[in-house]
Amino acid sequence: MATQSTLVWGTAEVVEAEQVAEGVRRVVLAPERPTPARPGTHVDLRLAPPATDEPDGPRTLTRSYSVVRSDDGGRRLTLTVQLSPTSRGGSRRMHALRVGDRLPVTAPLQNFPLGVGAARYVLLAGGIGLTAVLAMAEALRSRGADYRLVVVGRSRSVLPYLEELRQRHGDRLALHVDDEGGALAVERLVGEIAAADVARRTELYMCGPIGLMEAVRRCWGEAGLPPTHLRFETFGNSGSWAAQEFVLRLPGHGREVVVPPDATALEALEEAGIPVMADCRRGECGLCLARVLDVQGRVDHRDVFLDDTQKAASERLCLCVSRVAVPPGTDTLPADPDPASDPAADTAPERRGVLTLELP
Amino acid sequence: MSSAPRQVTAKVFDFPRDAWYVAAWDHEVSPREPLGRTVADVPLALWRTTDGTAVALADACWHRLAPLSMGKVLGDELQCPYHGLRYSSSGRCTLMPAQKTVNPSAAVPSYPVVERHRYVWVWPGDPDLADSDLVPDMHQMDDPGWAGDGLTIAAGCNYQLVLDNLMDLTHEEFVHSGSIGQAELSESEFEISRDGERRVSVTRWMRDIDPPPFWRKNLRDRFPDFDGRVDRWQIIHYEAPSTICIDVGVAKAGTGAPEGDRSQGVNGYVMNTITPESARSSHYFWAFMRNYRLDSQLITTQLRSGVQGVFAEDEEMLVAQQRAIDANPDHAFYSLNVDGGGMWVRRILDEMLRAEGREPDAGTPRDHLRPVASR
Ligand code: FES
Ligand code: FES
Ligand SMILES: [Fe+2]
Repeated sequence: MATQSTLVWGTAEVVEAEQVAEGVRRVVLAPERPTPARPGTHVDLRLAPPATDEPDGPRTLTRSYSVVRSDDGGRRLTLTVQLSPTSRGGSRRMHALRVGDRLPVTAPLQNFPLGVGAARYVLLAGGIGLTAVLAMAEALRSRGADYRLVVVGRSRSVLPYLEELRQRHGDRLALHVDDEGGALAVERLVGEIAAADVARRTELYMCGPIGLMEAVRRCWGEAGLPPTHLRFETFGNSGSWAAQEFVLRLPGHGREVVVPPDATALEALEEAGIPVMADCRRGECGLCLARVLDVQGRVDHRDVFLDDTQKAASERLCLCVSRVAVPPGTDTLPADPDPASDPAADTAPERRGVLTLELP
Repeated sequence: MSSAPRQVTAKVFDFPRDAWYVAAWDHEVSPREPLGRTVADVPLALWRTTDGTAVALADACWHRLAPLSMGKVLGDELQCPYHGLRYSSSGRCTLMPAQKTVNPSAAVPSYPVVERHRYVWVWPGDPDLADSDLVPDMHQMDDPGWAGDGLTIAAGCNYQLVLDNLMDLTHEEFVHSGSIGQAELSESEFEISRDGERRVSVTRWMRDIDPPPFWRKNLRDRFPDFDGRVDRWQIIHYEAPSTICIDVGVAKAGTGAPEGDRSQGVNGYVMNTITPESARSSHYFWAFMRNYRLDSQLITTQLRSGVQGVFAEDEEMLVAQQRAIDANPDHAFYSLNVDGGGMWVRRILDEMLRAEGREPDAGTPRDHLRPVASR
């Protein structure tokens, strides 16, 4: 169940492309160097700009799509792409692919592995999130595992493969469609899991809109189910606010370090030659914790090491992922401790967040 | 890509990973304490949850790789003996005692497990290929029409040497002369048949012979007064990767056993399944099952200790053979006609290894294929 994250680029040819639901296309790729794709894997594709005067500009876009199925030892990889109205061009370019097109594709990448040995599996898919769990459902079916596939959608017409799923998974499939009045009650779903005798040996894998996933996360926690049995693709990486530049003040070192939007505090400190301890670099282990002395702006923790109470207190943070943001619409920052001593005090307050830390 | 099947004469045979292997007898895996056992080079911690489900986790903690088999089973979880991390049956860490949260990435591999025929089977390879229909048929182990018991041999040799041993029983005349061996074994004809992609059988009938001591005793357990000649059979059923069930028995000579009427005989099944532990060690699980006098524990115990004695003779030979193989790296294996069954087994294993994308060892080149050296 190891994650696999090395990028190996190759070329693939589009061997099938067809519409499978409203605004949803199925694209089958034949990679030159096939690798079987495990459930939970995705591929990255480089999508060249269209030859025409697209508003996207001439940039090549790199996009990730789940592998819906892998046939013949990875000789045929099926992707399924929804045309997103807010797309910056990725899904539009995917929808423009035609049989015979060739494009750069990575070997399958894994960061959502399906485990072995749970007593029961629940796969929850919201809308096109279905693509991330379809191969899992198929694997569980052939393993003879105890599983349920719960699919949530706005309407039947936008959900691909429904007929096939009904045939493959029969009663194990539960479909909740909003416009048929069948919206999913998340509390009930989680409540049923928690009430079963295998509750603590049940794993839930989910992919879908953030609102749905947040609701599940909350109920899961309230039900006291093991947090590690709730599986989703991103753990600590997405913050509450977009990454902004901020300033680190280190009174102990008499130093100030600027953290640009595309670097972490940990990287900025290392760059500045200040020794810091770290291991996982993704907000999991807590080795990089630093004590917070003062904040101007809001701490965006982004880690999974501290619990909610610890995050609210913000006494410590993980240098490898946590940031400071000045959320849009925040006009006033906490007052500078001693404005009189600041020669720039009467100019506009600094729009960058400032974090004063004590390093171990 | 098709190519002619190769001669497969590797001396230390690699093992398929995409296969079911017996990790333990059912009674060895307990909800009270974990069992450490290595299957196909994969160290495992085997235990049971409260509802009795057998679990196989990698025997190395996610944290600092302490062996989980030295830990404790706490209800539905296994606790690492070192810093107390706890794991569920899927190998996910559920508790990190020294902190408030649990790292969502913390997990150890959990392997597919099937419990069948009194054994706990584990699939050490790609879990998405694990199909419980591929568990070899050993139904005599828990069929109400059969009774018996067995043991495990920790065999200090490559698993394939054990398969070779069981696929050619002419060795009985020399290795087991005091119990089941007799000259007719080598003298009688045998027939090989391949059944599908995973099975090979070798059938041998010895008609109108004097029964060896082991079989005379068994026949008398059923027919106390019998004293005479018998028809003896050995029908060896191999199923990939490493299970061999041998239909054995004797019947009063000329009573129709070869034609299918075994009513005047006694029938046993020697159940063997060999799990590679490493390249040079194997867990050899065996049992002797019979379909007569089912309620006699005395006979069960006698047969078990009888076969135990016979198999100790095999073990001694296999370990000595492994030693000689390792001491003579430049010498190749050559085959005899009686190796036909064993050679089909090698071919099947070779196909399995190649299906996993592994290039099996071609073996030491034979003299006549080597460049002419001094001689
Ligand atoms: S290095 Fe692990 S949490 Fe930061
Ligand atoms: S090695 Fe297992 S908890 Fe530390
Ligand atoms: Fe023997």
